[in-house]
Amino acid sequence: MNQQIKNQQMTDLKKAMRAVPVPMAMLAELTHRCPLKCPYCSNPLELARRSDELDTETWIDVFHQAARMGVLHVHLSGGEPASRKDLEELTTGAREAGLFTNLITSGVGLTEKRFKDISDRGLDHVQLSIQGANAITANRIGGYKRGFETKMQLAEWIAEEGIPLTVNAVMHRQNLDQLPETIDMAVRLGARRLEVANTQYHGWAYKNRFALMPTEEQVKRGGEVVAEARERLKGTLVIDYVTPDHLGTYPKPCMGGWARVGLCITPRGTVLPCHAAETITTLKFENVRDRSLAKIWAYGEAFNAYRGTDWMPDPCQSCDRKDKDWGGCRCQAFAWNGDAGTTDPVCSKSPQHAAMRAQAVAEAGQASDAFEYRMP
Amino acid sequence: MTGIADNQTPFLPRGVRLHHCEIRKGWFLLAPERAVKMNDISVAILNVVDGKRDFGGVVDKLATDFNAPRDRIAADAGKFLTDLVNRRMVELRS
Repeated sequence: MNQQIKNQQMTDLKKAMRAVPVPMAMLAELTHRCPLKCPYCSNPLELARRSDELDTETWIDVFHQAARMGVLHVHLSGGEPASRKDLEELTTGAREAGLFTNLITSGVGLTEKRFKDISDRGLDHVQLSIQGANAITANRIGGYKRGFETKMQLAEWIAEEGIPLTVNAVMHRQNLDQLPETIDMAVRLGARRLEVANTQYHGWAYKNRFALMPTEEQVKRGGEVVAEARERLKGTLVIDYVTPDHLGTYPKPCMGGWARVGLCITPRGTVLPCHAAETITTLKFENVRDRSLAKIWAYGEAFNAYRGTDWMPDPCQSCDRKDKDWGGCRCQAFAWNGDAGTTDPVCSKSPQHAAMRAQAVAEAGQASDAFEYRMP
Repeated sequence: MTGIADNQTPFLPRGVRLHHCEIRKGWFLLAPERAVKMNDISVAILNVVDGKRDFGGVVDKLATDFNAPRDRIAADAGKFLTDLVNRRMVELRS
């Protein structure tokens, strides 16, 4: 390629990048491997194998590319990121790229020596997942013996290192009643933030919905518990409470808007507008092995499909919430309507809303406590 | 919290740092799940918050550097840092 064409392409890309939003955050799913088997795992049903994963150098290159595009935060996630032997080098790589580096971990696979090494490499923040407020519940839900004890140990090391801690608690019918104990535990562990997220029913969680879907009463009680705790713990613990989608009136601004704030890289290197986007089988996704991250963000067909508000049909197009909700969740729209370009059924203005809600409530009524655990 | 005493020492705790973004042409205070855009005055204040100077020292330094009345600096810097303390982005040592 001659220099003139190259220069022209560079100019075009810069122009294209100015026309699209500057991304803030990148979710780096380093691996799908994980010792836990949570029945609501957000990974796809078809998990990537170790041999499919991007290597160390490619990940570090992706971190640098992301930082050059304006990404500020990187979330090192999985699967369990500690299942990667090179988590140490990847932490250094992310920090050297200038990214605020957050580790999202179950805690399993981190010894004291390993964790302190990662800390010394400049880790900025840890999000520790917990599956329940006591060992019996947590270890049954995670499908892993001694998982709870391991987490409690990691929380101590995090406190010793002075790294800010967020506790992530995925909630559902079988642990939502333990919310008060979960909040107490987050305080005891020294967390600054607690994320109480009701399960999102995609992938594994959808498979297990009969065992997970909370009752309306539980969700309502959960909201009251959070409201009381927020007041009591002002200045100690910030609590985010993510209510279940099907009980809402309006959809959540999923990802802060498609292709607007963030992006996700899968273990294989596929670049997604959201971690669940591969469930939309009508979209084609590109890979960092084939094209630069900036080009995928600016030109990628999947990114441009639902970016902004022009793609929206009614009732979204004429709705005054269109640049608040950004149309909600494209994956949910696809799952329900078979067309990701339709209104999220969670929205009370969607023609599908009543049917979706009725089904969710009916499913919550067909309770079964048995899980189908995540398996490779 | 409503104010900072002269003998309290403000500092950025681990997990909070100032970062210059080339693309957005500006400074951001980065913290878990947050990136807060900082203007020139905020950056000037944070640059003298080094974890060694107490708040009185921070105000003295800014008053000298910017040749501005001490009480005005104390009010502005106090308000700015108090807000960050309440958001747990700045901590105080007594």
